[in-house]
Amino acid sequence: MAAQPEAIEPAPTRLPRARTRRPRSAGPGRAGGAARMPGGGWRVIADKEFGDHVLSVRLFILIALMGLAAVAAVYSTTTFVRTNAQQAAGSTGLFVLLFSAQSPSSQIPAFATLVGLLGPLLGIAFGFDAINGERSERTLPRLVSQPIHRDDVINGKFAAGIAAIALVLSAIAVLVSGFAFFELGIVPGPDDVARVVAWVAVTVIYIGFWLAFAMLCSVVMRRAATSALTAISVWLVVTLFASLLTGIAADALSPVPANPTLDQQVANAQLQLDLSRISPGELYSEATAYLLDPTVQSVGIVLPSQQSAALPTILPVEQSLLLGWPQAVALVALTVVCFGAAYVVFMRQEVRA
Amino acid sequence: MRSKSSRPGRPASARRASEHSAGERVHDDPTRGANDSVIRARALTRRYGDILAVDHLNLDVRAGEVFGLLGPNGAGKTTTILMLLGLSEPSEGHAEVAGFDPTRAPLEVKRRVGYMPDEVGFYGGLTGRQNLRYTARLNRIERALIEPRLSDLLAQVGLADVADRPVETYSRGMRQRLGLADALVKDPSVVVLDEPTTAIDPAGVAEVLDLIRSIAHDRGAAVLLSSHLLHQVQQVCDRVAIFVSGKVVAQGTMRRLAEQMAGDKVQLEVGLDGPADEVEGALRSVEGVRDVSRDDHDPRLWRVTGARSLQAGLAAALVARGMGVWHLRRLGDDLDEIYMRYFAKEEAGHGRAA
Repeated sequence: MAAQPEAIEPAPTRLPRARTRRPRSAGPGRAGGAARMPGGGWRVIADKEFGDHVLSVRLFILIALMGLAAVAAVYSTTTFVRTNAQQAAGSTGLFVLLFSAQSPSSQIPAFATLVGLLGPLLGIAFGFDAINGERSERTLPRLVSQPIHRDDVINGKFAAGIAAIALVLSAIAVLVSGFAFFELGIVPGPDDVARVVAWVAVTVIYIGFWLAFAMLCSVVMRRAATSALTAISVWLVVTLFASLLTGIAADALSPVPANPTLDQQVANAQLQLDLSRISPGELYSEATAYLLDPTVQSVGIVLPSQQSAALPTILPVEQSLLLGWPQAVALVALTVVCFGAAYVVFMRQEVRA
Repeated sequence: MRSKSSRPGRPASARRASEHSAGERVHDDPTRGANDSVIRARALTRRYGDILAVDHLNLDVRAGEVFGLLGPNGAGKTTTILMLLGLSEPSEGHAEVAGFDPTRAPLEVKRRVGYMPDEVGFYGGLTGRQNLRYTARLNRIERALIEPRLSDLLAQVGLADVADRPVETYSRGMRQRLGLADALVKDPSVVVLDEPTTAIDPAGVAEVLDLIRSIAHDRGAAVLLSSHLLHQVQQVCDRVAIFVSGKVVAQGTMRRLAEQMAGDKVQLEVGLDGPADEVEGALRSVEGVRDVSRDDHDPRLWRVTGARSLQAGLAAALVARGMGVWHLRRLGDDLDEIYMRYFAKEEAGHGRAA
């Protein structure tokens, strides 16, 4: 339904604008000094929303939160990386360890794990009141009565949210990289840069899923508080109880008897893994493992016999990207499904409550 | 506070529109010039399940006039407005606004129609000027034109002093006036105002009504306003449609509606001092008087019903008899009365007057 009405308008005629007020007629072809620019209404909305996000209190809180987590994680990882640096001098992959490695002596999880944990909050924060906020402020009727398509509203808001998320993540990734420069003196190679960039991109998609989910909540629920609570509780359930739930489901569907054969055990484990891959968190952590640890060759089920046959090696970045590609595509698909649902529901809603 | 006069280069067509704004001379005949109506609705209908929110509505609003869509809450006024803007689809019927069908070409309609919703809202964290600027950008108004236009509009609605304060510090009346400015940002040829005076104090109402009148008469825009506060808006409406539970029960100028109601009769309210018998006798003796009754609340007021000629002759006849007339008013001119009578008629099931 996008650009269909534009076709009706005759070719754009720009009248000279020597005077601010032109003779007026009620007929077509007159639109008060408006330059003809079909489409693109979402950009104006994204512009404004992005400005709102960047100046908002919630952005400062989240940057502070994630910045603190980053500093804590990276600081504790530093010692670990230092000892590794002596063994693995000259090899690639040291730089990305700063993102992905957890110091064995520390309780603080790795930076990438923390981002996977806290990232969804970022998405939820930018999305939970996207539409119902406009409704409760009573700005929605005014907004949709401007010459924009209705989907410009939701598209613009999603684009602004993604841009804000990308901004925050890039800032934090650069912060951590800077830390590596100054504290450890590690200079990243082109491979390392490619890995970090790919990881930031996957993270943006992952957080984009939560943004889309929070926007779906904001379309369906009338109150911003209900929508925020729903989004956060789903996030908690998926993060904390996903493995529990998939375990129960796998045991029910593919039971493991008292004296299981290897096949039965593998079938059960495989089913549990497949089920857990519905969860965006699982997909994201798998993609992260491939991208930020060049030694990872598989995140699937590896039997000891296979393990011994595998050569421990450092994968080139193209190989890691290839391994993480299915997870990235699945994340994109989940995000698209979620945003699509929000889009469809929003387009069918009445403007009035 | 207001800079109504400072409009350079006002086109001749707009000036002409303002000249014949004086009352009911404008467009008395609903069939005349139906082609130049800027808003036209034919058998516009909207159903919500079994409920008929709007029932075969016919409407014509022309450039340069203020048209009042009047009726109680829940009569279907906002539903009608949303259909005219293309924000809601009609179940049946057809509308045309500024030359376009709102269902098929909503963008073309929205480009030309300034709309102020009922209980208009703004982004509280942004200033009044920033809110208007956002609207201007959504309308793709050229950057160079935006700032002067915003300053002009903010001055017109009397918000120049507070334009750079966040809207969350505004009173409801200020928000409503900002809403008017917002509707005018796109320099519209049609302006639709949903309940424009509800939140404003009596002093502010007069200002807002003045502004609404100038939108139609000076800018030459067609103004459609909806309201349930009849006594407030009756002064600005060139024509009205009385709208009760989805149906238009009467349409036309106020005088026309009054005449329709009264037929060839006229009812006058007269204020006379003196003994009741004497006054009543004097009133009954005037030629053309058919009925005389005393007002229920004020014993010094009398209601006189009679032929149309009474309106001109009654005062003269009474003065000739040496009676001091201190009050004389024609009843039924008041929109409230018209509306109450139409509403009562509709309720009693006497069919439609329109």
